[in-house]
Amino acid sequence: MKRKKLAVLSLLSASVLILGGCSSDGDSSGLSIEVPDIPMHEAMGEFEGELNIVNWSGFVEPAWTDEFTAQTGCKVNPRVAGTSDEMVTLMRTGNYDIVSASGDAALRLIVGGDVQPLNIDLIPNFGGEIAEGMKGNVYDTVNGKPYGVPIGRGANLLQYNSDVTGGAPESWDVVWETDSPYAGKVTAYDAPIYIADAAVYLMYHNPELNIKNPYSLDADQLAAAIDLLKQQNSIIGEYWSDPVAQITSFVGGNTVVGTSWEILRKFAAKENLKTTLPKEGSTGWYDSWLVSSTTKNVNCAYAWMDYTSRADVNGAIAMNFGMAPANIAFCATSEKAQAHCDEFAAEDEEFFKQVWPWTTPIETCLDGRTDVKCTSFQEWTNAWLTVKG
Amino acid sequence: MSTATESRPISTYLFRRPRVRLFSLLALPMTWIVGVYILSLFLLLITAFWYVDPFTSLVRPGFTLDNFQAVFTEPAYISTSLRTLWIALAVTILSVIFAVPLGLYMAKIAPAWLRNALAVAITLPLWAGYLVKIIAMRLVFTEEGFFNWLMAPFGIKGPGFSMPIVILTLTYLWFPYMALPVYTAIRQIPTNLFDASSDLGARGFMTIYRVVIPLITPAIIAGSVFTFSLSLGDYLAARFTGGATQMIGSMIAANINLNPPMAAAFSMVPITFVVIYLMVARRTGSLERM
Repeated sequence: MKRKKLAVLSLLSASVLILGGCSSDGDSSGLSIEVPDIPMHEAMGEFEGELNIVNWSGFVEPAWTDEFTAQTGCKVNPRVAGTSDEMVTLMRTGNYDIVSASGDAALRLIVGGDVQPLNIDLIPNFGGEIAEGMKGNVYDTVNGKPYGVPIGRGANLLQYNSDVTGGAPESWDVVWETDSPYAGKVTAYDAPIYIADAAVYLMYHNPELNIKNPYSLDADQLAAAIDLLKQQNSIIGEYWSDPVAQITSFVGGNTVVGTSWEILRKFAAKENLKTTLPKEGSTGWYDSWLVSSTTKNVNCAYAWMDYTSRADVNGAIAMNFGMAPANIAFCATSEKAQAHCDEFAAEDEEFFKQVWPWTTPIETCLDGRTDVKCTSFQEWTNAWLTVKG
Repeated sequence: MSTATESRPISTYLFRRPRVRLFSLLALPMTWIVGVYILSLFLLLITAFWYVDPFTSLVRPGFTLDNFQAVFTEPAYISTSLRTLWIALAVTILSVIFAVPLGLYMAKIAPAWLRNALAVAITLPLWAGYLVKIIAMRLVFTEEGFFNWLMAPFGIKGPGFSMPIVILTLTYLWFPYMALPVYTAIRQIPTNLFDASSDLGARGFMTIYRVVIPLITPAIIAGSVFTFSLSLGDYLAARFTGGATQMIGSMIAANINLNPPMAAAFSMVPITFVVIYLMVARRTGSLERM
């Protein structure tokens, strides 16, 4: 309760601070968000000997952890999580030191006091050639303080079966409108953050709703997005959260169009399955390393972030997972690396300008509005569960 | 005599102390029931009254009835509860419809070797992993899968992933739990009852309706407790073979990370359904004869 009051207070103070207005590109400068005061690590000390990581599948592999352990003596214990929500739950157990959080988990962890601000001076490999679009985003930089070290990013693309659709759909309308020619063969991502995809569509087609940032919705805008999702529910064949189920659904012909990642299309390995970025733009996941506020292995955690920021290691993770690396110095290291960077648009800022990075919605409006209260992730969650009936 | 008592010190000790005897008998099951079973149910119930901090999404102890209110007022939750109830009933009815003729044939008509072969065939799927069977059903009913391939010459097309496929999958999963008690019960019916029924002029169906069914009702109820409650709690079948179909389990699974108190409140729904089901079963008097 006390915290809630604090939040309201902070909202008021935030509104004073950002009267000047703030750009809608998700930049955190000027936006003030109330976060618990957690001290950052001052100087490197002795390595503790182990590091417990919560990570996406494919982020932590012996191919690069062995060298790390040999260098630092920190034994790596990875724990794979399937969703952002699971990552948050795991980090809150206090049993893990570091997490590869997407933006929709990151801000939740920061605001909840589960992760600590970072001392960038202790991460020499950080910063050099981080892709422009991954610097200082609100999901990992709050009130000017960095909380995360970028790992990589990817867009939520529209995947389609070209045998059925012919060419590439120009618009997301094939997955949203009830008169879609592919009704019943549509797939959608099964998580509350997918509400932002509806908001992106509404931003383009319903300008009167005045949505400026898909993660910053007031109650009316959220209701409009939920209405659109309920409309979509009637033409959905399957929702997916498990990548394997999504791939088999596309390959087996049950799904013709729907949200996908570039890497899933690659895994499906079928000529007729293609991806496109429709005219409305899309959402995307931007992953960063965040360090637990209660970690006992803080030196190993810093060493890990520094090690994985190295161009070759960052590139190895990006190639293994199938995403654009954060450190674009990797692209120039070899022909194979360049091919990977091109395929995943790593250096293509124009492409990623159309992509809204996943960010946890919070009560403070991220688009700078101060006259309304925005809907929090908890409201998104409750609303999402009413969509699927 | 004295040598016998000396050689059994534990028995002697227990014989003289009935309370210790009772305690040692019940210690293990009571630890299990109270310590693991009741306690976890109790914790679940408590959590249902807690709430999630809207600012940090952290679970906070407290007291709110909002979660229960949502379960009873939110249209999506109500329709999901009713749909799940309907699916569980359909699975149970379907299992009975398959199990009774099969049990009759196995117990009364089939030669011994065939009876054994069928018994093995019924239980064999229990040896395979639960998830494996669900994925198998997914592959069978996928758009370009086995079912559509097999039926294509007849111009028949499967319904795609939907509620009927969920019912079929759950029936496939839980059928052995219905088939075995029904078969065992039919085997225990003396053959001369069939002769007597026939002597009194009853034909096959009349005999089944008036003689067999009443005698095997306890077995059907026993089997239905399994098929009904297992179906109520399932969510993987819906996830992999249901398309957009939501069940109570899907809702709980979705809430478990996002809003644990809501998941806890929602998990009371299937518990309530099962309790009501057992009470109705008890009314019929079948439970006493089980």
